[in-house]
Amino acid sequence: MTEMDELYQELVMAHGSSPSNFHEIENADRTAEGFNPFCGDQLTLYLRIENDVITDAAFVGKGCAISKASASLMTEAVKGKTMDEAQAKFTAFHKMTTRGMEEYEADGLGDLEVLAGVTQFPTRIKCAILSWRTLESALKAEGEKVSTE
Amino acid sequence: MFDVNEIRKDFPILQREVYGKPLVYLDNAATSQKPRIVIQALTDYYEQYNSNVHRGVHALSMEATDKYEEARHKVAKFIGAPKAESVIWTRNTTESINLLAMTWGRDNILPGDEIVVTQMEHHSNHVPWQKVAQDQQAVLKVIPLTKEGTLDVSDIDSYITPKTKLVAFCHVSNSLGTINPVKMLTKKARAVGAKVLLDGAQSVPQMPVNVKELDCDFMAFSGHKMMAPTGIGGLYVKMDILEEMEPFMRGGEMVLEVWNDRATWNDLPMKFEAGTPNIADAIAMGAAVDYLSDLGMDNVRKHEAQLTEYALTEMQKIEEIDLLGPMDVDIRGGILPFHNSEIHPHDLGTFLDREAIAIRTGHHCTMPLMRAMGLVATARASLYVYNTEEEVDKLVSVLKDALRYFGDGAKRAKRTR
Repeated sequence: MTEMDELYQELVMAHGSSPSNFHEIENADRTAEGFNPFCGDQLTLYLRIENDVITDAAFVGKGCAISKASASLMTEAVKGKTMDEAQAKFTAFHKMTTRGMEEYEADGLGDLEVLAGVTQFPTRIKCAILSWRTLESALKAEGEKVSTE
Repeated sequence: MFDVNEIRKDFPILQREVYGKPLVYLDNAATSQKPRIVIQALTDYYEQYNSNVHRGVHALSMEATDKYEEARHKVAKFIGAPKAESVIWTRNTTESINLLAMTWGRDNILPGDEIVVTQMEHHSNHVPWQKVAQDQQAVLKVIPLTKEGTLDVSDIDSYITPKTKLVAFCHVSNSLGTINPVKMLTKKARAVGAKVLLDGAQSVPQMPVNVKELDCDFMAFSGHKMMAPTGIGGLYVKMDILEEMEPFMRGGEMVLEVWNDRATWNDLPMKFEAGTPNIADAIAMGAAVDYLSDLGMDNVRKHEAQLTEYALTEMQKIEEIDLLGPMDVDIRGGILPFHNSEIHPHDLGTFLDREAIAIRTGHHCTMPLMRAMGLVATARASLYVYNTEEEVDKLVSVLKDALRYFGDGAKRAKRTR
């Protein structure tokens, strides 16, 4: 597989072109906005939280295949997880995308592992991370627009 | 005309490979590559006469001062400035515009005055004027665009009015390639007594630019887009205005006499060049101007127009992309922005990069323009003297591959989900 194919795996293409949970959530408990000043991409994340558990997650916005796929897979991955578990997933995902699969000990990232190819494309790591930074902000209820810079 | 293949030999970087493939450098609007004589000028300075300017009695300092001021003369002549002192060295276009905004802008733009910019300005010619407008309680007006990406001047008299103090606009748009009607806008500004700032960042590198003929009051430009090193640029100011302007930064070099409680200012242009300047890069910018002058700016523009025409024709054949900006090369520089409604420019840019084709993707520091066009980003190829038709062919063919790759990928993905 070429590096291109490793980055743009079928699952990435699928989530990039028709993302899951791509809608607003009315009366969401938490919302946060993310922005990548490098390319202008932006997304708004919505969470519904009951007793520390993320019961629903969705997003809207504009972005490349990588950032949309990442946001789409993220919303799938955090639904039903506690806030701490979601934060731990971000830590694992961050490790995987910045350090690569070899250093990363697989601990249940599941479908999110298709984004590991991004390590070979340093300029694109921010695309993969944007939605997660936004999630982190939503979990902390910071209320400020997060930026990848 | 010149032989592009001969020119290419003057640029060491064009011989290199990226991912094992010959580099196709089409990001010239971001920064140009440097010819050997520019790189040599830097080496010569540091190896042979490195010293500070304007203050030493020794031989090296005199040599450095001569070369440094000679470079200013060359640049002034290159842009048609009547006097060398009317060119102030800065880091780049951004610094030139900020210098102007913080000196002339603050002293001359008063509450109720109007500043006019356009919808296609780079952030560097938009944000500093937002600040001046806020601080001075002035009004910032933005001339809109037509669908073709030219200025919509149908209602120009409602933008440029007797309240206008400054009309600031790009000569060539970095995001669309549009060449703006400088003389028409300058005439309008003159009629209401407003000053004109021309952002020459994209025009000075690629076409003959003469500030006297264009009749602008100010022009900002960058060295690094015209074969000089990064970190050096210029601000041209009409002499009578410059003589009235307060200093920008204060310190060494810019003073004549200093007492405990006050100081007087040095002659122009030193008055605006506090501290040890960027000597090496200024001298190298002189070398870049020599190189461009040897080619002849008419020839540079001719090559660029021909290649742009060729690229527009070839790229128009690709159905999946929309080309932005005017299609008439008489009003277009060598800047080729495009986009596809389904595939993000970032994804296209990554695909092209892996084939060693360097383009720019993103908002190109023109977010207000992107917003007006309903886009967040575009892909942009930009040409220069050393680019060839073969390189344009390569761009077109790899772009087609990329569109197929992502288009098929999305289709396949939709079926599988």
